[in-house]
Amino acid sequence: MNRVILIKYGELTTKKGNRKLFINTLYNNILKKLNGLEVNIFKDMSRMYIEYDNKDEELILKKIGQIFGIHAFEVAYKEESNLDSLKRAIKELLEINFDNQKKYTFKVETKRSDKSFSNTSLECNNIFGSYILKEFPNLSVNVHQYDILVNVEIRHGYSYIYLNEYKGLGGYPVGSLGKALLMLSGGIDSPVAGYLAMKRGIKLDLVYFEAIPHTSIEARNKVIELAKKLVVYGNEMKLIIVPFTKLQEEIYKNVDGNYSITIMRRMMYRIMEKLVKRFKGLAIVNGESIGQVASQTLTSMNVINNVTNVPIIRPVACFDKLEIIDISKKIATYDISILPYEDCCTIFVPKHPIINPNLEHTLEMEKRINYEDLIKEILNNLKVITISNLDDDKYKDIL
Amino acid sequence: MIYLDYSATTPVNEEVLKSFNKVVLEYPANANSLHKLGRESFHLMEASAKQIANLLNVLEKEVVFTSGASEANNLAIIGTVLKYQNRGKHIITTKLEHSSVLDTIKYLEKFGYEVDYLELMENGQVSIADLKKKIRKDTVLVSINHVNSEIGIIQDINKIGKLLKEYPKIIFHVDGTQAVGKIKVNLDYVDLYSFSSHKIYGLNGVGCLIVKQNISLDAIIHGGKSQSIYRSGTPTHALYASFAKALKLALENLEEKYDYVFKLNQKIRKDLETIEEVHINSPIDSIPHILNISLDGIKSETMLHALAESNIYVSTKTACANDASLSLSVLELTKNEDYAKRSLRISLSFLTTTEEIDCFLKVFKAKIKELSFRKGE
Repeated sequence: MNRVILIKYGELTTKKGNRKLFINTLYNNILKKLNGLEVNIFKDMSRMYIEYDNKDEELILKKIGQIFGIHAFEVAYKEESNLDSLKRAIKELLEINFDNQKKYTFKVETKRSDKSFSNTSLECNNIFGSYILKEFPNLSVNVHQYDILVNVEIRHGYSYIYLNEYKGLGGYPVGSLGKALLMLSGGIDSPVAGYLAMKRGIKLDLVYFEAIPHTSIEARNKVIELAKKLVVYGNEMKLIIVPFTKLQEEIYKNVDGNYSITIMRRMMYRIMEKLVKRFKGLAIVNGESIGQVASQTLTSMNVINNVTNVPIIRPVACFDKLEIIDISKKIATYDISILPYEDCCTIFVPKHPIINPNLEHTLEMEKRINYEDLIKEILNNLKVITISNLDDDKYKDIL
Repeated sequence: MIYLDYSATTPVNEEVLKSFNKVVLEYPANANSLHKLGRESFHLMEASAKQIANLLNVLEKEVVFTSGASEANNLAIIGTVLKYQNRGKHIITTKLEHSSVLDTIKYLEKFGYEVDYLELMENGQVSIADLKKKIRKDTVLVSINHVNSEIGIIQDINKIGKLLKEYPKIIFHVDGTQAVGKIKVNLDYVDLYSFSSHKIYGLNGVGCLIVKQNISLDAIIHGGKSQSIYRSGTPTHALYASFAKALKLALENLEEKYDYVFKLNQKIRKDLETIEEVHINSPIDSIPHILNISLDGIKSETMLHALAESNIYVSTKTACANDASLSLSVLELTKNEDYAKRSLRISLSFLTTTEEIDCFLKVFKAKIKELSFRKGE
């Protein structure tokens, strides 16, 4: 029997007008993700089918499980649409997957999109059901509580039979809803925020504010490691490294200590706004979580956000820390995030950062710094690294 | 030299040694150091674990490196009973186990643990019915080797594992030292699985315990997280990398290599069956890499040294067992003390040539004549 991976789209099929765009984006994402493997991918408006070399099955299933926009996927057997070959396939499938000494309950679910097929879905359920009962004396029907669900999809030309369903990641295909820039610090929250933004179809570029020599090159490498974990879900992204040292030093020299964080965050947003334009993004994404630190109180957010009109998406704004940690463990960023390197938000932290900053006072203090020139200089000295999804053969001489 | 003791240890594959050298020279830092150099060692360590995980179809975090299979067995057994002390003090195993399992369990008896040994069927496989019978409410651990090291009996770990899945409180440990790299292994139904590098043409001094993600153990070497939380100490990342390489090479063309060794085994069996003084202990469905025989009237050690004079190397029993006089595995299978005292293990590899086998058989027969003659005097 020919095996194919059958992909069911998620929420995207409900978006009538953009359906084609979603499907094409998903198709391209899958192609890129499976780059290097011998596969044929076919798509129609409700399903995608991947033909593959059986030896790659495990790897492909793993990769498919990392793509947003897929509701569910299954390893299905492709058969000609006639009752006899379908029966044969069902028999084989059950024999391979279940111990026929044990008792199981089952249900057959037929979906017939080829209306020219000789029997209706209901008739097919009966035909296949009674066939299974005859061939497997230990199996019995229970349509409400079943151990085995035999799915038969009758489509034009070919039919597909499958038992198990793998749950996909859901969401929208990355890129189908435009691009945003993620402020990636090295902490636990921002990678999770990035993951959640991608889940809603946003393609990301990453921005890292660096304050060498106050922060180390290891801190940058840590962010690159985080980026590599995120790129698993996004094929390719740019990592924009912002040389923040001078501006940050100016802030600490010239403003009252308790306002330094407020003003630093405002400067970051000013820079982000420029970067969004330059890298053709539509929004800023970050890992701010309400109340977590002084700059993330609503008052602080209000004063800080005041510098820009670009939408700021805060996917984890309303998450508890433990909820964020759960996701970070799931996406394997947690162990990297907790590596103890300083980042530019943890150096120069005042003893008592203000939690209720005043806008007028903030504006007053900002006048002490010639930030516009400094920002221009920063924008002329960006460093951009491409983070790609391709597993590097770094260790091929060793492993 | 004709080396027929591959189950004791295997010659190191040159590629594996190259990997080791490269890592030692090019990745000198401690993998747990936070600086750049340390991180490079760390990433290599991660990549090594990942490769082993992929080859065995488990998760990267389930790969726990140890100093060898003996340590892996100790960690599996002691780590389990300490962790799950509240579940009870009953352990089930077999008399076919390696001494690092049997002696560890014996040691636990001092602390009030009770042990049951499973009955074997005629072919040496454990009786599932007996296992069902021996499972108690307070059973914490079942430890069964995948392939016995002296006779080569293969246990059906899938069948045993499936049964034990019905008892979610029992941890199932499998010592796979003699199985990995020889037969295909499926770890879907085991909780813990030990194996070692030097049995698969890798370097000595590194092994692995697969610890499934839903299982947790108590550490037996304390001192903070290293490669895993179960075993402290500076990670030997060069050994890990060499191990990952060895495993990859060992699993290449696994079936072809197996078929080849199977043919060699058949050849020896056929020939030895014609010799009156030889009794073949290994059941026909044992792993072909191991052939255990007993000699009528000739002490196994005498034959071992006689063959060594002609530069042919076999074993009397596993090199690790401490009681030199008797093979517990052979006794358990044959219930014949004489056989147990006079057993020889011939172990083969895909590196073994038919010429070597021919030569061995020729010398072996001559030695039998010689030694039987002396016996007659």
